[in-house]
Amino acid sequence: MAEDAAQDAVEAAIKQWPLEGVPDRPGAWITTVARRRAIDNLRRQRVGRDKAAENARLLERLIKRDPHEAALTETALRDDQLRLIFGCCHPALSIEAQVALTLRCVCGLRTQEIARALLTTPATMGQRISRAKNKISTAAIPFVIPVDSELLQRTSAVRHIIYLIFNEAYLATSGEELSRADLAEEALRLGRLLTRLLPDDPELLGLLSLMCLSHARRRARTSAAGDLVLLADQDHSKWDDMLLVEGRTALESAMRLRPIGPFQLQAAIAELHTSGSQTGGTDWPQIIKLYDRLVDLQPSPVAKLNRIVAISMTLGPLSAIDELMPLAAELSQYQYFHSTLADFHRQLEQFSTAIPHYEQALSLTSLEPERRFLLGRISQCRRGDTGDSH
Amino acid sequence: MKYACLIYADENNPEASPEPGSAAFEPIMAGYFQFGNDAGDKIAAGEALSPTNTATSVRVRDGEITTTDGPFAETKEHLGGFYVLECADLDEAIALAAKIPHAALGTIEVRPVIEFD
Repeated sequence: MAEDAAQDAVEAAIKQWPLEGVPDRPGAWITTVARRRAIDNLRRQRVGRDKAAENARLLERLIKRDPHEAALTETALRDDQLRLIFGCCHPALSIEAQVALTLRCVCGLRTQEIARALLTTPATMGQRISRAKNKISTAAIPFVIPVDSELLQRTSAVRHIIYLIFNEAYLATSGEELSRADLAEEALRLGRLLTRLLPDDPELLGLLSLMCLSHARRRARTSAAGDLVLLADQDHSKWDDMLLVEGRTALESAMRLRPIGPFQLQAAIAELHTSGSQTGGTDWPQIIKLYDRLVDLQPSPVAKLNRIVAISMTLGPLSAIDELMPLAAELSQYQYFHSTLADFHRQLEQFSTAIPHYEQALSLTSLEPERRFLLGRISQCRRGDTGDSH
Repeated sequence: MKYACLIYADENNPEASPEPGSAAFEPIMAGYFQFGNDAGDKIAAGEALSPTNTATSVRVRDGEITTTDGPFAETKEHLGGFYVLECADLDEAIALAAKIPHAALGTIEVRPVIEFD
């Protein structure tokens, strides 16, 4: 009954949104409409059906928020929210549209807010959202919880969208600000919601943990002047303890589940970095082991690069340069390849070799704090100063 | 909802578009036969098309008919046939389209059909 009603509501939403625009809090709105529809449907069937009448009274009480019936509300709410999320992250929509729709319909952000967060104009964003809604209604994209055979793949797509939103907050591609914390908060909220709705998905917990552990360090990542602060130099008192606890708790639950996926491994690596920095002794061999598994699962050049950075911490920069060079062609446009290579040469006091690589990295970023950081490294090299060890 | 499933494949690639009678032809035909059985009365219409070297493109400009030898667009994959499928929603259409043999050999474009009341 509740399921049918929710489906009706979502259909009503799809039909209504293109005409009236998305309501302020669509998730809540769908639930309200679902309950109202359920009552209407029950009333229509009432004749001779005591059970139905009873259910109708039950639902009416729910609307008045009788706490005793909270469980039923939660089930209905859970299904509504899942339907909404899976619908917004439907693979028939473009990735950009999925991100925009999720922020609009699941997070309830306004179009102007999304446009600002994703560095585009409200007009462009409005168009993107209305095109997506048009496709949803014209092509009849269903807002349903995927069938079991598709659930894994579709959940993976939802995780991908959440991670994109989170990364978008940290990887602003231009401008003065290094992070847009508001977007990261939305991604965290989505992560928490999803892990509540699908508590047995190991990679969702891994993703939530990874986001918590990274976001916990946000205030320590830049100085008061807005400059980059590396992990080893960060002021631990600026870390967010609540988020660290949440991240570690999620990681523990994630690591109890199988199979182990890339998000769990990355979260475990982030945790080792965090606790290592706190205790002054990072477990590099364990980090390298985790990177080995990550590279096995997801042989991306970026994962390989990070693995080599970890290797440099145990075997030194010279061996790390040998490992790094085979990636040169693949990563020629990736600024961190050049800055990492430059770091290795700087640590070896090969300053004249380091400088052009820092300059190359500089040419690949338009983010002001990163530019200032790299310029600092360049003048350090010109002075013949290795600076710190990292 | 009706969905047109437009079947695209490279007609110059003998793997995707084998000659009738060749070894690769039979399993693909068997696949289409199977699809016809599986999809059953969800198939509202469907035709296979002759290759694009038999196509004629027709345009009328300023009242004058011009015809051009060949398909509308020169692309790597060519429209080779289509189905019109009756489905509840896009998920069902995608699931069925994925079973069309050329989904594995080319591309199926799924387009909602406009129904005029």
